[in-house]
Amino acid sequence: MTAVRTLRGPLLLTLTLLVAWQVLHQWAGDTALTAPLPTLEHLWEMIGQKRFLPHLSETGLAFLQALVIAWAGGVGIGLLLGGHRLTGEVAEPILVGLYSLPKITLYPVILLLFGLGMSAKVAFGALHGIIPVVLFTMNAVRNVNRTYLRAGRAMRLTPAQMGWHILIPATLPEIFTGLRIGFSLTLLGTMLGELFASQRGLGFLLMTAIELNDVQTILSIAVLISLFAVIANSILLAIDKRLHRGAAA
Amino acid sequence: MSKAGWIRLVVLAAFFGAVEAMCRTGVISPKLVIAPTAMVEAMVKLLGSGELNPDIRQTLSSVGIAMGLSVTGGFALGCVLYWLPPLRRTVDPFLAAYYSLPHFAFYPLLIVIFGLGALPLIVLATLFAMVAMIMATLSGLDRIPRVLIKTARMQRLSLPAEIWHIRLPAAAPHLFSGLKLAVTYSFIGVIAGEFILSTSGLGHQIAYAYDNFDNRTMYGLILLVLCIATAFNLLVFAYERRLARQRGQ
Repeated sequence: MTAVRTLRGPLLLTLTLLVAWQVLHQWAGDTALTAPLPTLEHLWEMIGQKRFLPHLSETGLAFLQALVIAWAGGVGIGLLLGGHRLTGEVAEPILVGLYSLPKITLYPVILLLFGLGMSAKVAFGALHGIIPVVLFTMNAVRNVNRTYLRAGRAMRLTPAQMGWHILIPATLPEIFTGLRIGFSLTLLGTMLGELFASQRGLGFLLMTAIELNDVQTILSIAVLISLFAVIANSILLAIDKRLHRGAAA
Repeated sequence: MSKAGWIRLVVLAAFFGAVEAMCRTGVISPKLVIAPTAMVEAMVKLLGSGELNPDIRQTLSSVGIAMGLSVTGGFALGCVLYWLPPLRRTVDPFLAAYYSLPHFAFYPLLIVIFGLGALPLIVLATLFAMVAMIMATLSGLDRIPRVLIKTARMQRLSLPAEIWHIRLPAAAPHLFSGLKLAVTYSFIGVIAGEFILSTSGLGHQIAYAYDNFDNRTMYGLILLVLCIATAFNLLVFAYERRLARQRGQ
């Protein structure tokens, strides 16, 4: 029963979206929006083709690298800023300011600095993802309950034990929320990076298809990326919720 | 100003001073980054010459309209979702994954529906920014302390009075961060759209300058966009501060 309950929402949503898609298709016609079924068939066919794989792996690789940089760098910097009060106070407004800048305007600068190709995409993706990870990690470290630390000291824990038994469990839920948001933004950044001045990857395929007005391909790629984003996000969200529930208990 | 504030000022000044020095001495090639003072100079010159006024006006009005629509619409939809938990459970995974969807894939569709010009860009930016406001509204309403609502019951406030005197002020911090995100996302939506799919506006001018290796114009324009976005954010921030002070926080 619980499986039905948890799956009911997403299923209903998928159904609604498909119906809306079909209705829009009837209204706008084939030149603007192909119907759901042919699009999905086209997507299936595209994934089967050999020339599609390099693009997929290019995007996947760029995204993975950007994600590793954003997550590892973000947690590292966040721990540093959270652990040292003054540094954190100095850096926080700067980070918040950077976070709320429309980073898309900086893309030409990134292109000039990193050149065309993989590294620019990775840099742009990581740039989007790293700041929320830093901010969440920093706050997680700052908000560790002092009582836990005092209790740990009273029990004469070694620094390693302190980290493993107190700091990690206390900060993990908050940090994970940061990682989840960083994930979405890194994907957004990588995709944006691929849309402009790129020679390979899903974003490149998307731009070519837009220029040729190849609606079926546009929608196929959009569906593919959306599926990936939604599924990955649901998994991360489920872990996130479990961690938070564990922390509250 | 606090100690952290002074250190921040020194750090920022040192950073820009270092970039300036490296650019002036030729360590960083002017083909990559031009000196910060040169950027300011380019921006002032661009503003003074007036040749970009139509582009500036177009982009800013697009951003302004998109922002207004997404803030009011996002707030209204957020309230609706808050009052209808089943609906909210249904769309929750969609909202969480929203920012990793490739919005620009739907641009051709928008052109067919809304025609060429500023309208599809406004729609794109509104769709892009609205979800941030929806999520901020939801988290603001979620986090209203129960004790405040109980107080409202005890005082026998009518529903409108309860909303106006209790719920809105209690949710205000989250609403403000939603507002700031909506501004950023409106800028991203409009400028990214102009980058790839428009023949006018600031985004197009930045891309045009990039294509022509016209770094002065490009950096001047980028600085202009960043200044406008930051100025708006500071305005919201100052208002937020004032509200917090009034409440004695």
